Amino acid sequence: MAERRDDEAAWSAEAARRVWGGSWYIPIGVLYDLLCADPERPWNLTVHFRRYPSEILTPCDGEDSAKWSYMNSLKEAAFIITGNSKNVMNMSQADQGALWQSIMKGNLDRYMNISTRLKLGPFEEDCLVRTSSVEGQQSSEEPESPGSGKPCRVPVRLYVRSVQQDLYDLEDAVPVSDWDSISYINRPFEVRKEEGRSYISLEHALKTLLPEFFSSKASGTPDDSEHAQTPDSAPGDPDVTPRSCQKVESTSSSQQEADMANKGKVKLVRVQGIELDMDIPFLWVANNLKNPECYVHICVYVGIR
Amino acid sequence: MCHHDRYIVAKINFDPLSYSNYFCKYAKFREILNPELGTGIWLSGFVMGGSSVRDGTLSLGDFVASTKALVEKWEKIDVGSSLPDWQWKPRCKMDAQSEEEGYLALEGVYRNHGGRQEQIEDGNDFNDADNVTDDTWVQSSSDNVHVYDYHVVYSFSYKVPVLYFQGHHAGGQLLTLDEIKEDLPSHSLKILGESKWTFITREEHPHSSRPWFTLHPCGTSDCMKLLLEGIAEKDQQLQYLPAWLSVVGQAVGLNIPLELYGKNEIIP
Repeated sequence: MAERRDDEAAWSAEAARRVWGGSWYIPIGVLYDLLCADPERPWNLTVHFRRYPSEILTPCDGEDSAKWSYMNSLKEAAFIITGNSKNVMNMSQADQGALWQSIMKGNLDRYMNISTRLKLGPFEEDCLVRTSSVEGQQSSEEPESPGSGKPCRVPVRLYVRSVQQDLYDLEDAVPVSDWDSISYINRPFEVRKEEGRSYISLEHALKTLLPEFFSSKASGTPDDSEHAQTPDSAPGDPDVTPRSCQKVESTSSSQQEADMANKGKVKLVRVQGIELDMDIPFLWVANNLKNPECYVHICVYVGIR
Repeated sequence: MCHHDRYIVAKINFDPLSYSNYFCKYAKFREILNPELGTGIWLSGFVMGGSSVRDGTLSLGDFVASTKALVEKWEKIDVGSSLPDWQWKPRCKMDAQSEEEGYLALEGVYRNHGGRQEQIEDGNDFNDADNVTDDTWVQSSSDNVHVYDYHVVYSFSYKVPVLYFQGHHAGGQLLTLDEIKEDLPSHSLKILGESKWTFITREEHPHSSRPWFTLHPCGTSDCMKLLLEGIAEKDQQLQYLPAWLSVVGQAVGLNIPLELYGKNEIIP
């Protein structure tokens, strides 16, 4: 189902690239989930042939642009999952072409056959992505140390859209006026085994990636933000703050206050056209609802006052 | 000693599609361009042979600390009138998490349209590039001027800084890729011809949602691992960004003053 849908995305690339606010490098399923609050069938698209908005929309020069946009995303996903992009970069030209053609032609079997060799999954709760291969040659090339404490990361792309706070029927949502009003966040989720948690829920993952939409007055926002942003180390404050930095910080403070007032609440989460319950296991979503470039695209509707 | 380190660099095999290849060439190129600095780096590497080498990535916290150090140092050195100041720009969107998230910006960098060609004709070396730029800037008319904005954005995927850049005419119209190519160094043009899709790509700017040109970051960590190999562990954090900037700056024709990475800071 998921793969079939993305095959339609490739087929409809020509149509989608002309959509206002429709960036062609975003899968069409994601655009539909994001721009149609109340799913309309059919999706009404207006085709333009003049006055291309080149300042806000990257032109698509042809199939090669789409192919390499896909390959670069796949390479990025591989880096997130394994720590390098060698699996993708070491593919032969023939395999790269075959992988792309399998998507273009909707050949699911061929796609699964080639993508499985990249060994970019499945994600496990114990933080181990099985990269060790049965083939002796592969395992000798990339030995996997069993004691590695490096946390596993899941490629995630978030699209945050704001709707009215008191929205009850999705059909009453105000249409998206321009792409600038969408927040696009490209940030992987780090899988960490936490004590007392039997599994990682979708809510927990979103709480880590979008802490400002989940924090209540009881919990401290700075702690959540700090933890979410810098799991490796906390940034140290410089002893001397130059004037330019002070000016920037004061501006940031006022912006922070504005953001506080505008804090919203998550009203809806869509992945692959499915409205997901917050309790669903996140790694199940990642393993089963990811796109062919191994990214999980999550559309989040946030109610804003 | 130097020979030993060069040999190590030469032994690494890079995929032609990878930006690593370009980065590696620049690591060596930089040594030639700045003999004193280059010698210092390799000498330091030789002396501290056993120092631990990180994976070439940078945490978000270290990125923020490094950007602040860069802004501070840039204000102290004499960059002349040809280069503006770096500024830290906090993220301003509905999902802003804190003032510690944002990007570094160097905006309003003037480039004379024919500057690169004149440099080639005159046969000037790297050290005279700034002088040539100053002279030709004074004489040229506004029609020949390209104005560039450079942004340094942290990539959560690759855990490295990424250079986003765009240019526009004096009147404000955005430069096309073909127009930007006219300002690129010849070696960058060569690599762009070979690796069109993986060297300079057009991506949506994470903070402005507009298409910007970017140097693809997939090879950055491999290169930075090499560049920082000879630097003491405690200094790698603050030296990361100047070292990174020395390579990517040359890739896009942005001349960074040598004072930014003074020799005394590399060998304390």
